[in-house]
Amino acid sequence: MVFELINANPVVYEKKERRARSAPSDYSDEYAAEPIDQQEVFDHVRDIKDPEHPYSLEELKVITEDAIEVDDMQSYVRVTFTPTVEHCSMATIIGLCLRVKLLRSLPSRYKVDIRVAPGSHASEASVNKQLNDKERVAAALENPNLVDMVDECLAPSYG
Amino acid sequence: MELYEGGCELKLLETLEGHSDRVWSLAWNPVTAAAGTPLVFASCSGDKTVRIWENTPSHSASWTCKAVLEDTHTRTVRSCAWSPSGKLLATASFDATTAIWENVGGDYECVSTLEGHENEVKSVSWNASGTLLATCGRDKSVWIWELQPGNEFECVSVLQGHTQDVKMVQWHPSTDVLFSCSYDNTIKVWAGDDDDWQCVQTLGEPNSGHSSTVWALSFNASGDKMVTCSDDLTLKIWETDNIQMHSGDGYAPWRHLCTLTGYHDRSIFSVHWSSEGIIASGAADDAIRFFVENRDGLVDGPTYKLLLKKEKAHDMDINSIQWSSGEKRLLASASDDGTIKIWELASL
Repeated sequence: MVFELINANPVVYEKKERRARSAPSDYSDEYAAEPIDQQEVFDHVRDIKDPEHPYSLEELKVITEDAIEVDDMQSYVRVTFTPTVEHCSMATIIGLCLRVKLLRSLPSRYKVDIRVAPGSHASEASVNKQLNDKERVAAALENPNLVDMVDECLAPSYG
Repeated sequence: MELYEGGCELKLLETLEGHSDRVWSLAWNPVTAAAGTPLVFASCSGDKTVRIWENTPSHSASWTCKAVLEDTHTRTVRSCAWSPSGKLLATASFDATTAIWENVGGDYECVSTLEGHENEVKSVSWNASGTLLATCGRDKSVWIWELQPGNEFECVSVLQGHTQDVKMVQWHPSTDVLFSCSYDNTIKVWAGDDDDWQCVQTLGEPNSGHSSTVWALSFNASGDKMVTCSDDLTLKIWETDNIQMHSGDGYAPWRHLCTLTGYHDRSIFSVHWSSEGIIASGAADDAIRFFVENRDGLVDGPTYKLLLKKEKAHDMDINSIQWSSGEKRLLASASDDGTIKIWELASL
C-alpha cells in the first residue's frame, strides 16, 4: 500500500462551462446519427475522477477538449492526456480509465488511440505502448482489483 | 501455378456466431479435409470457452458448432493448436494454464493441464512430429514440454531471453527449431535437444527487424522463408538456407529479405502463409490483405506485391486469420466483433 500520494498538491482548475447540445432544427433528419465530435468525446471523459484525488480529470487539466482529435468519418479518436507530474505512476491507470470509458461510450466501429502528451512523462514511450496494446489492456481488465479501481474513477462520469 | 491472371475476389461463405466475447484465435484441424472427412476448426475467445466447428458434409456451405469446451479455463482463452495427428487440442489461457483436450467419440475431455507460467499464457504450438509443445506468455518466458505416455507432459526447458511479454511461439514446419516473437520487438530462434535449449539467433532492429511489438509469424510451405507482422505496421519476410538447415546441425541463420510497408494503417495481429504461397494478413483496421511474390523482373531478389485488399471484412479488429489445409482456397478470420467468417479466395 502506498501511503504517500504521488502528487499531494495538485493544481485544480475551474471546469469549463457545459454547452447544451442544440436540437437539430431540421426534423426530417431526426433519425440520422449525429456525427461524433470533439465536444461529445470530451463530455464522456471530463468527469472521470483522478485515481488519487477527489477531482475530475478536467479539473486537474489532465484532459482538455483540445487534446481530443476526432474523425467521425474514419471512426477514429485520439486522446492525449497530461499527467500532473512527470513520474506519475498513475498514468497507466488514467489511460486505462479513458480507454474503458470510451469503449463503453463510443460505437464499436471506433478505433481509439490513447497517449500521454509528448514530453509530459518520464516513461512516455513505455506508457503509450502499454496503453495501446490491446491484449495487455484486455488482460488487465480481467484483474478484479484493477477493474474496481477503474469503475470507481468512472462512476462520476456517467452523469 | 499462376495465380489469378484474370483477377480474384474474396467471397464470404458464412459468418459464424456463438462466442459471447471477442474471438482471439482459431486453428484448423490438420487431418480433416483429407479423404472426404468434414473440415473442422477450433476457435477460442474472451468468453473463456473454445468452440469446435465442423463443416456438415451434406450442406457444403453450412458450418455448425459441434462442441463448446467450457468450465475449464477461468479467464480468456487466447490461443489454440491441434497436434499434427489431429487428436489433441492445446488451449492457452490468461489463467496461466494450458489445457490439453482429447476428442473421445465427439466429446472433448480435458486430459491434462500444464501449469508453470507466472501469468497469462499467450500462445501454444506443437512441433511437426507432435512430440513437443511450446508455450509462451507475459512472464517473458518460453516453455518447452515433452509429451509422455498417457497424455502427460513434462517440462523440459524454461527459456529466458526475451525482455518483455512473448506474444507467439511457432515451431518450424520440418525441423525442431522454435521461433518466438515478442513485445520487445524481436524474434528469437531457439534450438537444442532433450533439456538443453538455447537462443541461437535474435532478429531485432540491428538485423532490419521490427520497431514495435511483433505479433505473429508464419512459415512458407518449404520452411525456408517466414513472414512476421508487427505493431509497426509492416510485414517482414525472412529467409534461410534450406540445405544447411536440414543437414545434421538442424539450424541455419535467418536474414531479412524484404519489408512490406505502407499497406497497413493499424497494428497487424495475424499473418499466415498458405501452402501455395499466398500471405494473408489480418489487422486492427478490420481488413484482410493478400500478398504474393512479385515475379516481374527480379532485381535484388524476390519482392512481394499486394494481390487483394478486403476492407471492412469484419466490423472490428481482426485477431486471427488462417488458411485451411484443404484443396480449396478457404480461410477463416476471427474478430473482436465476436464472429468468425469463412472465406474463399476465388478467381473472377
